[in-house]
Amino acid sequence: MEQELKHTCLHGLHCGLNAKMAPFAGYDMPIEYTGLDAEHAAVRTRAGLFDVSHMGEIYISGKDAVKFVDHIFTNYAAPMKPGQVLYGMMTYETGGTVDDLLVYRLGEESFLLVVNASNLEKDYAWIRDCADGFDVDIRDYSADCGQLALQGPDSEKVLKNVLGIDASGLSFYTFTVLDGNVIVSRTGYTGEDGFEIYADPGKIVQMWNELMEYGIQPCGLGCRDTLRFEAGLPLYGDELAEDITPIEAGLGMFVKLDKPGGFIGCEALAKQKAEGPHRKLIGLEIDSPATARHGFEVLDMDGATVGHITTGYNSLTLGTNIAMALVDARYAPLGSKLQVKIRRKLAPATVIKKRFYVPQYKK
Amino acid sequence: MEKIYYLPTHEYIKVDGNNGYIGISEYASKQLGTVTYVDVPEDGDEFEAGEEFGAIESRKAASDLFAPVDCEVTEVNFALEGDPKLINKNPLEAWIIKVIIKNPAQLDDLMDEKAYAEYCLTDNH
Repeated sequence: MEQELKHTCLHGLHCGLNAKMAPFAGYDMPIEYTGLDAEHAAVRTRAGLFDVSHMGEIYISGKDAVKFVDHIFTNYAAPMKPGQVLYGMMTYETGGTVDDLLVYRLGEESFLLVVNASNLEKDYAWIRDCADGFDVDIRDYSADCGQLALQGPDSEKVLKNVLGIDASGLSFYTFTVLDGNVIVSRTGYTGEDGFEIYADPGKIVQMWNELMEYGIQPCGLGCRDTLRFEAGLPLYGDELAEDITPIEAGLGMFVKLDKPGGFIGCEALAKQKAEGPHRKLIGLEIDSPATARHGFEVLDMDGATVGHITTGYNSLTLGTNIAMALVDARYAPLGSKLQVKIRRKLAPATVIKKRFYVPQYKK
Repeated sequence: MEKIYYLPTHEYIKVDGNNGYIGISEYASKQLGTVTYVDVPEDGDEFEAGEEFGAIESRKAASDLFAPVDCEVTEVNFALEGDPKLINKNPLEAWIIKVIIKNPAQLDDLMDEKAYAEYCLTDNH
């Protein structure tokens, strides 16, 4: 059964650049242009540009908007000022994760929720289902909204020189709205300084072209994953899922258990935090030239299965094989010795911090 | 004279009498990107045509390697252990295993160079 793949507004330009394309979240997306390694390095050392127009944008407004966002969001929206962004999750009553997302406070009674493309339909339905009794208007703007991510230490300079956007006054996790409903936020998913730009498809195409003409490296989803992984950032489907809670994933700082009124899933998460989760997301350094991939088994030294790899790569920045894994909490302490089953062989592994690369954000 | 045959999964076998050198095609090495590791069998291991004999890894992914014919491993290319990128530099020289071909008739089921080149043009495999 082959479903028709959707195209972002930049699809034709990716094909023109001979990008390697593959299906992702129902879209035909660029995986790499010149090669994953070069694209990864460009973001770590200079700047790289991603088409992330597949991401979902859900607009919530109305008299009860603040109360409603706080009802479905693990972080605390009420104290946000317009122009601020917060990261957090939506959780089920069980504490399992619906999705992780960014919440932009646009105004006193309006928010933009940026969600994973792969979860958009599920999220939109979930949010609507949760809205009974709240005076809010919920709209899915995903189809009309393109998104670019300009990431890397040179991003601020590039934004100024190429697009004429002065973002020097924007601090991390804030945004500004420019003429013509262009949102520029100092956010990203790479562990580097950078910006995400939301606009209508016409403007997105125009900005993409200007940045390409200037010589900015186009970057595909391949290095988006290696970059976020090195920085210890979770990907829904790997580190977060309907049966993985934010507490298990080590994202407790984005879960405000004692905010007034709580939120959906709050009780289950409070209980889990109090008792201590049975599983924890850890970092692993693997003593093998082979790479541990998503789904590979993690075993204790006696050979009993104690968890699984969620993401693993041969790290470009570090040169070693590292992974994130969800394991029995007994093995979470740093320095714990484990094994990973890589095909037919067992490789020794040591628990290390899962923030493999220290993010270089501008505060 | 050496003749070379290909599998749809992009392994090649270079044939020299009863001996075969198995590796991955230039097309596959480009698709894969920088090779980070090659998981190889041991001398004396035997495989049937189509059986998995190892794996090749790049930053992006791990791909299983399949035996083109019934064969027995006589040598593993240990140079790849220290420098797996040799496969990117010259995939046809950087063979992965040397084998004894047990059933040469199976070579007829494989693609020759011309057929393989056409196969690569048709799509992303």
